[in-house]
Amino acid sequence: MAEFTLPANSKVGTGKTYKAPAGAKRVKEFKIYRWNPDDGKNPVTDTYEIDLDACGPMVLDAIIKIKNEVDSSLTFRRSCREGICGSCAMNIDGTNTLACLKPIDDVKGAVAISPLPHMPVVKDLVPDLSLAYAQYRSVEPWLQSDSAPPPDGERRQSKEERAEIDGLWECILCFCCSTSCPSYWWNGDRYLGPAVLMAAYRWIADSRDEHTGQRLDALEDPFKLYRCHTIMNCTQTCPKGLNPAKAIGKVKQLMLERQG
Amino acid sequence: MNKDSAPSIDIMRSQLGRARGLGAAKSGLHHWWTQRVTAMALLPLSLYFVLSVLMLAGAGRAQMAAYIGEPWNTVLFLCLIAALFSHLSLGMQVVIEDYVRSDAKRMVTLLVVKGGIVVLALACAVSVLKLAF
Repeated sequence: MAEFTLPANSKVGTGKTYKAPAGAKRVKEFKIYRWNPDDGKNPVTDTYEIDLDACGPMVLDAIIKIKNEVDSSLTFRRSCREGICGSCAMNIDGTNTLACLKPIDDVKGAVAISPLPHMPVVKDLVPDLSLAYAQYRSVEPWLQSDSAPPPDGERRQSKEERAEIDGLWECILCFCCSTSCPSYWWNGDRYLGPAVLMAAYRWIADSRDEHTGQRLDALEDPFKLYRCHTIMNCTQTCPKGLNPAKAIGKVKQLMLERQG
Repeated sequence: MNKDSAPSIDIMRSQLGRARGLGAAKSGLHHWWTQRVTAMALLPLSLYFVLSVLMLAGAGRAQMAAYIGEPWNTVLFLCLIAALFSHLSLGMQVVIEDYVRSDAKRMVTLLVVKGGIVVLALACAVSVLKLAF
């Protein structure tokens, strides 16, 4: 059966509390999941009190401040700090999102932070996304065309054809959506998940691509595609405001269409 | 290091190999579409069934038999049974595939549940036919 409770060695305990400096006026608590693969202990939640008057506005600012000034062992991924790289995807206040796009003021009370749900944890807030990346690779996310490109320039699209991939190409592959999906939690080894299915549809919808049929063939599977039960967590959580559920719906629609 | 919590590597297959798995089964559309078609059929059929039950409240066996014996009622009841139990069967299959992890357990559970549903569906159909004829 699916596991509804955490295994004994994954149960989360209470960790250390790091007090705010004396004289801090606007103190906010950050409760952060900590797990170190090297010490053999269960994960814990550490509490960090941060003076918001000495901190930037976003959750990423706070955890960078913690790493720089309070506890250098706190481990997380980040790069661009402006919602383009997708590195700082994590679960903040119960919702998967990008720490760099999440204002601290949006969270009432303590800010709870944990890694993306239901992925293997490498350390602290760093999940192992290698299977998700491989699933992305498996849908061959690149242009496949048997016609030679025009010798004098690029492959052309009408404005209407180009508009078909709007709302799809903007995906930054942070995997907030896939890791918010219960179907992906229970069957992530066989179900491709919303991020990868939207990427697959991005090439199915691209007028320049000539492998539409092969792409649909590769998805027609009770697990790879049809584990989507239109739960819509993906669309609700997407920090870029995209709609993976709609893209998956379009794929199912095309499957039906070609059946005649 | 605590032996229980030490990470162990039991899969050395490449991630791409795992992601591709056994390839696409080239099925799933039929299951998905049949589930939707039966759901649409069940909207009017369930309404008809509820109205029938309300109309027949307190009726005796003879009155029931007379109602179900009307050809249209027999047909609608059999349609309801077909739509309901095929929808149930498809839906239970999805739930079992979602939550039962090991292939062997999944197969056994599916066979038992789907077999039970066939027996129930036939029992319902035979009851309707016995009342009607």
